[in-house]
Amino acid sequence: MSKARRALLLLALLALVALPALTGKFYVELVAKIMIMAVFAMSLDLLVGVTGLVSLGHAAFFGLAGYVLVLAAPDKYAAVSLWTSLPLAVIASALLALVIGALALRTRGVYFIMVTLAFSQMVYFVFHDTRVAGGSDGTYLYTKPQTNIGSWATFDLANSTHFYYAMLVLLIVSFAFLRILLASRFGHALRGIRSNEQRMRALGFNTYAYKLAAFTIAGAIAGLAGYFSAVQFGFVNPEMISWHQSANVLLMVILGGMGNLLGAIVGAFALVLTQDLFSSLTKHWLLLMGGFVIAAVMLLPRGLTGGGLAWKGWLRGVRGG
Amino acid sequence: MAEALLAARELTFHFGGLVAVDRVSLDLRRSEIHALIGTNGAGKSTLINLLAGELAASSGTITFRNQPVARPRPQRMARLGIGRTFQRSNVFAELSAFENCRLAAQASRPRAWAVHESAQRCEASTAAAMNVLDTVGLSARSRVAAGELSHGERRGLEIAMCLATDPQVLLLDEPLAGMGAEESQQVLGVLRSLKAERAILLVEHDMDAVFAVADVITVMADGSVLASGPPERVRRDEAVRAAYLGETI
Repeated sequence: MSKARRALLLLALLALVALPALTGKFYVELVAKIMIMAVFAMSLDLLVGVTGLVSLGHAAFFGLAGYVLVLAAPDKYAAVSLWTSLPLAVIASALLALVIGALALRTRGVYFIMVTLAFSQMVYFVFHDTRVAGGSDGTYLYTKPQTNIGSWATFDLANSTHFYYAMLVLLIVSFAFLRILLASRFGHALRGIRSNEQRMRALGFNTYAYKLAAFTIAGAIAGLAGYFSAVQFGFVNPEMISWHQSANVLLMVILGGMGNLLGAIVGAFALVLTQDLFSSLTKHWLLLMGGFVIAAVMLLPRGLTGGGLAWKGWLRGVRGG
Repeated sequence: MAEALLAARELTFHFGGLVAVDRVSLDLRRSEIHALIGTNGAGKSTLINLLAGELAASSGTITFRNQPVARPRPQRMARLGIGRTFQRSNVFAELSAFENCRLAAQASRPRAWAVHESAQRCEASTAAAMNVLDTVGLSARSRVAAGELSHGERRGLEIAMCLATDPQVLLLDEPLAGMGAEESQQVLGVLRSLKAERAILLVEHDMDAVFAVADVITVMADGSVLASGPPERVRRDEAVRAAYLGETI
């Protein structure tokens, strides 16, 4: 990371820390939502940007964790403990990712995209077409998980400022975890697989096992994000699992720039904030959104965080060099 | 005679209706450079791909240290100690020469799943990478991205990456192709220095190089073995002279 980048990162972090003191509840809740999406997008970046696995079914793990939270409560007015329901939700997502990954990773390229999409649609229809949790209508969770440890009242998830800081910690911890992972030999092997899987196998790497491990970790982190998304909105429905959601998070990763995690965070902020801006301007905001995405991908093919480089390349192209 | 590390028996590979490799038997012995020659399309690269597990043989067996290898796959053969290079340079273009070799060296190190340990601090693979770059004479170029190396340097990097996995058998697919005379001599020197502890299969078109380093030569034509033996005997072989070498020697 360059010095300028590091300074910018520190500035952004300070802004996030200071935000609740500067703005009202609306932006605190909006940014908390964005930070959840950023964690979700980082988990997908581990697959798409780092390992080179384009998954179009990542919402399955996000949504499942939300459903596990709702189903873990004995009834919708009873509060469950964060400390038991969160691990349960994350483990459920990781297991689902392990099973789907074990099968989907036997395919490659465009077939992998289709198979991940198909599996996530299966999960979608399980919740859509059965009465497990309200079918297509979804179901409410009226009480936030309680966070007491013994008799010690830690923080209150129903308080939007508390929730905001909890999500900021979640974002930082997830980012740090993934950064350490990427710097390890495991992370280097994943990048090698993206670059040249045939060569990795010829060197003796069991690439299937590496990819499955990455897929499972990504599923678990997506579950972490999905759990808190359900906590924030107090509501789950099959849309959480739908392919729109999978495509949305993929767009964040592509928009922000793939493979460096920061891009996923920037992409989440950029996409949600522009959505917010455009939808306040006009009811035809989806049209504007489409134009924005097309312009971003054409002008910044490496995403917002790879901007400088792409700009130089574009200039070179214009000059005909 | 030294022990055969890697051996093929009646190895056959059908490619649709074409028999690309037809009942080939071959012994790669320790301390031997075994050259494999033949015209384009003779089946040399296919044979390497079979021995490296990249392709599954239609019939026949591969044994490593007298143990048959059931279902050879690339990662399994590499783990057994069979390293290979590719005919067309097959490196990680965006990584530096050093990083290419370090990644290669990591393949066989234990604790590959220790995700909290920084790869940059793995001393064993760092040392191995420096070592193999030095062997092929690329130390000064270690920080250059593999994609920006010259053709000859990339061929050298191919060999260095293979060596970084510390193989006992090397399968080299035209390592000298496109190299200048000086680079070729250097690589041949490296091969001579490596063979003491290892078995080397060398697919090569440069006949001067082949006769300079080979201990055994196998000649392939149309997928099968035309002749095999010490260089002098192969050179005199009537069938070989007629089919392939006639005018070159």
